[in-house]
Amino acid sequence: MTLAVIFAYLGAVLLIGVWSNRRLAATGEDFFVAGRTIGPFVLLMTLFGTHMTSFALLGASAESYRIGIGVFSLMASSSALMVPIVFFFVGTRVWAVGSRLGLLTQVQFVRARWGSDGVGLLLFVVLVLLLLPYLLIGVMGGGVVLGQITDGAAPSWLGSLLVSVVVIGYVTSGGLRGTAWVNTFQTAMFMLLGAVTAILIVASLGGVGEALDRVAESRPELLVRGEAIHPLRLLSYTLIPLSVGTFPHIFAHWLSAKRAATFKAPVVLYPVCIAVVWIPSVLLGLFGNIDFPGLDGAASNSVLVRMIGLYAPDLLAGLLGAGVFAAIMSSLDSQSLSLGTMFTQDVVRHYRWGGDLNEARQVRLGRLFVVAVVATVFLLSLVAERSIFALSVWSFTGFASLLPVVVAALYWRRSTAAGACAAILTVIALWSWFFVRGIGNPDYSVGGAGIMPVAVVFAGSTLAMIAGSLLSRPPAPERIARFIPCAR
Amino acid sequence: MAARAARVTAYAALPALYALHNDLWLWDDPSRLLGLPVGLTYHILFTAAVVLVMWRLVRVAWPGDALRKLAARSDGAGGEETG
Repeated sequence: MTLAVIFAYLGAVLLIGVWSNRRLAATGEDFFVAGRTIGPFVLLMTLFGTHMTSFALLGASAESYRIGIGVFSLMASSSALMVPIVFFFVGTRVWAVGSRLGLLTQVQFVRARWGSDGVGLLLFVVLVLLLLPYLLIGVMGGGVVLGQITDGAAPSWLGSLLVSVVVIGYVTSGGLRGTAWVNTFQTAMFMLLGAVTAILIVASLGGVGEALDRVAESRPELLVRGEAIHPLRLLSYTLIPLSVGTFPHIFAHWLSAKRAATFKAPVVLYPVCIAVVWIPSVLLGLFGNIDFPGLDGAASNSVLVRMIGLYAPDLLAGLLGAGVFAAIMSSLDSQSLSLGTMFTQDVVRHYRWGGDLNEARQVRLGRLFVVAVVATVFLLSLVAERSIFALSVWSFTGFASLLPVVVAALYWRRSTAAGACAAILTVIALWSWFFVRGIGNPDYSVGGAGIMPVAVVFAGSTLAMIAGSLLSRPPAPERIARFIPCAR
Repeated sequence: MAARAARVTAYAALPALYALHNDLWLWDDPSRLLGLPVGLTYHILFTAAVVLVMWRLVRVAWPGDALRKLAARSDGAGGEETG
């Protein structure tokens, strides 16, 4: 039954993707940014679905199981604040400049802003290296979830293969438009299923008050922040959601918006989406301590699946499996398409490998790169270790610390290619320094003081951007005018 | 003048929200509010407050002029731009 529901869901997703192919015009702009025609509702849903990974369902409940209610302030309400701010101040301007100059990638954006091929190439390498582990986590997550839901009956490679094949199917078929439509459906699925799951399980536990009383008897420390979260960790963790401003896949969705006003819905309603998904996840993780006390390490990651198995078997397990697959694929699809776009536009087209690329060849190459990227990640998932999941916060740290480069490009007239180069090199150096020291320790903080490495790397990147720019020659005024409007 | 004041107020709400996110005064408070632990209820209400502030920001401080200037295809540029 469980597998039948998941297969039915995957079939529906593929159908939507293939159907969107009927609207596809054979141009690079249509395939890579949906011809810049996406409206407010689809933009909101696809941005949220792309940003939220399976972590919002499974990882959040596992973290709540371990450290209690503090996980909501750490990861949910911080995103509810920072992400709309980035959409408002960065996303809208990126869209305006991108639609004017016909840009499709971040590398094109920095090349156009500062006229430097070197900065573009450096950014390309860093973005690909930061995005690859993120993709790997998604593909491996499909395997892990299928294994958990079927109680080990389905091998993990099967879940990874399913996720990979379905994503390749609808991304190559419909490009970014297909991806956005499928994501809208998938985001609605995991929001709805998360809420239904929570209502059914909480009702079985006798209501929220009763369940909280039982948690308070055995684990009262989970109902406060207490020792579980250092106040400086909360303060510095707020920088992590800034990564949304430099994710290549979010950038592509920004560029797909029909007009600037399309951003108003995501800016206002994004926190609502966060609340709808995270409140049930956090409560269910907390209540997992009632029936499954003492789970540690990887076992605690399956607390939500265990609760569903106990309180609502078969059909709901299948639906939740579909919901988690939805959360995984709604990120994986945009990530693989953005990498395909970058290889096509920033490498093959930019360096004119094989001569000039006409529109049809751009689309063909884009499809080919999507297949190559997902297939490579699938093969890596067969040999990668589970510890790869610890890489996600490091990946976010790197992306968040690149934000000063984008902000300087959009708002600081005096910023230069040398400043951008200095900032990116600083991110590489500081990130590597902290990564070597902190990768084995999930609670790692700078000097043990509770400060997340992102705070230091972000500050270093900002200072390098300022110093590098001031120490180099100012850019030409006509180049600035294309990115920063005159005050008059 | 009133429009400028409204814009400034909307912008000023953002750092205020950032400060309010760090609710040290509820850190170890085990009491309940609206049926949930007060530390959780606070951040759910905080999320609702963000929605209101963003709605206000979009209404009074939407950078329509700046975006129109940036997006206008006055130079006829298109395709890949590498400078």
